[in-house]
Amino acid sequence: MSKKKESLFSTKNRKLITDPLNDNNPVTTQVLGICSALAITVQLKPAVVMAISVIVVMSVANVVVSLMRNLIPSRIRIIVQLVVIASLVILVDQVLRAFVYDVSKELSVFVGLIITNCIIMGRLEAFALGNKPWKSFLDGLGNAFGYGWILIAVAFFRELLGAGTLYGYPVLEKLGLYELGYANNGMMILPPMALVTVGIIIWIQRMKNRDLIES
Amino acid sequence: MDVNKNTYIFGFAAVMVLIVASLLSVAAISLKPLQDKNVEAEKKQNILSTLGIEVSREEAAKVYKEKITDSYVINMNGELVEGDAFTIDLGKELKKSKESQVFPIFESQDEGTTSYIIPLRGKGLWGPIWGFIALNDDMSTVSGAVFDHKSETPGLGAEISLSWFQEPFIGKQIFDGAEFKSIKVVKGGAKPDDLHAVDGISGGTITADGVSDMLDERLSNYLPFLIEKRNNTLESAVDTLLMDSTSTAYTLNYLR
Repeated sequence: MSKKKESLFSTKNRKLITDPLNDNNPVTTQVLGICSALAITVQLKPAVVMAISVIVVMSVANVVVSLMRNLIPSRIRIIVQLVVIASLVILVDQVLRAFVYDVSKELSVFVGLIITNCIIMGRLEAFALGNKPWKSFLDGLGNAFGYGWILIAVAFFRELLGAGTLYGYPVLEKLGLYELGYANNGMMILPPMALVTVGIIIWIQRMKNRDLIES
Repeated sequence: MDVNKNTYIFGFAAVMVLIVASLLSVAAISLKPLQDKNVEAEKKQNILSTLGIEVSREEAAKVYKEKITDSYVINMNGELVEGDAFTIDLGKELKKSKESQVFPIFESQDEGTTSYIIPLRGKGLWGPIWGFIALNDDMSTVSGAVFDHKSETPGLGAEISLSWFQEPFIGKQIFDGAEFKSIKVVKGGAKPDDLHAVDGISGGTITADGVSDMLDERLSNYLPFLIEKRNNTLESAVDTLLMDSTSTAYTLNYLR
């Protein structure tokens, strides 16, 4: 009990948020959550909606599991984690459907994808089961933001190059590029190009930080 | 306390399931009325938008009452049957045999012209797709179409719910003379002068094919009804023409 109480935003706690944004990014470094990164990055809007929902679900799930961490039998911990995530997601979906119907329509497909997002379970398993609620909350937040910004970055390029719009707004048409003979690259809206775009982001990241390159 | 004892594990699992189940069912039941209201208002919104009327969800019920003048249900022979057109769940109807299915129709009379709105339902890539198509009183010209889906891929199949996909349907014909042609969604783009085809969606071909199949399957059920109405309008059109020609003859005589 002699341990000094750690402040809420100590360097260590801040690292919990900043690390997953860059050097320990769940998508580019740990290569998790790729499936949803392929599926929903055709347009910017669904990517933003997905990012927000993952931020909510991941931070709350991390806190819940962390609160229960001493009660969960280790033999059924994976099932418990799944139940926590799934019920949170369904609960959020029900509330959205009743009060903000449009958002819930936007989210329809992703509800299932959030439950199966390996990053969420990965963080519950690797972090929340062994750490206090506040730290788990920060960790969840950090990882969700790390996932979210990659998603939005990929969606930005795919929508811009594939459809010539950003958030539904016809940017390239307004710039007059089509009159100069520019054409959209239809390949960008197909799933393989998401993988290539993520690959390029990983490449740039490793060029900047050589420690990440496996020997 | 040993959290890895078998009895504890069973107890933990049982309690967890109970808590989660009751939490979710309370949420589902208490929110259901609100959700149903949203779904109903959206359906009215969709029906209205085939007529080119865009309203907010709050106003949908009021405008719907004003604009949709009649709705009824027919069977596969085109005969009227009992039933409330609005509450018919096409998802359930589609599971029945053709003979026992019923087919709802909505009518809107506006300044002398009547539009007939036919609800649609079919299969997309990941789940059901549905929509409404409005026909002019010649029973062939499309005056509006809306489509929606449960879980098509955003940016690809989900584009069927956007106006760029729906607008080209306006002015297309489902009949070619007396022959039923439906409207096809064509991969790679429809010919500009083709009255029975619209442009497809890159990357969304399976959903687009689903739309074609849905239109063909659903509309073909209404054929007896459509053909009867069509003949009626044709007859009356011929009548007016004849009347016109007699009056022209009179005028000509008079002029002589």
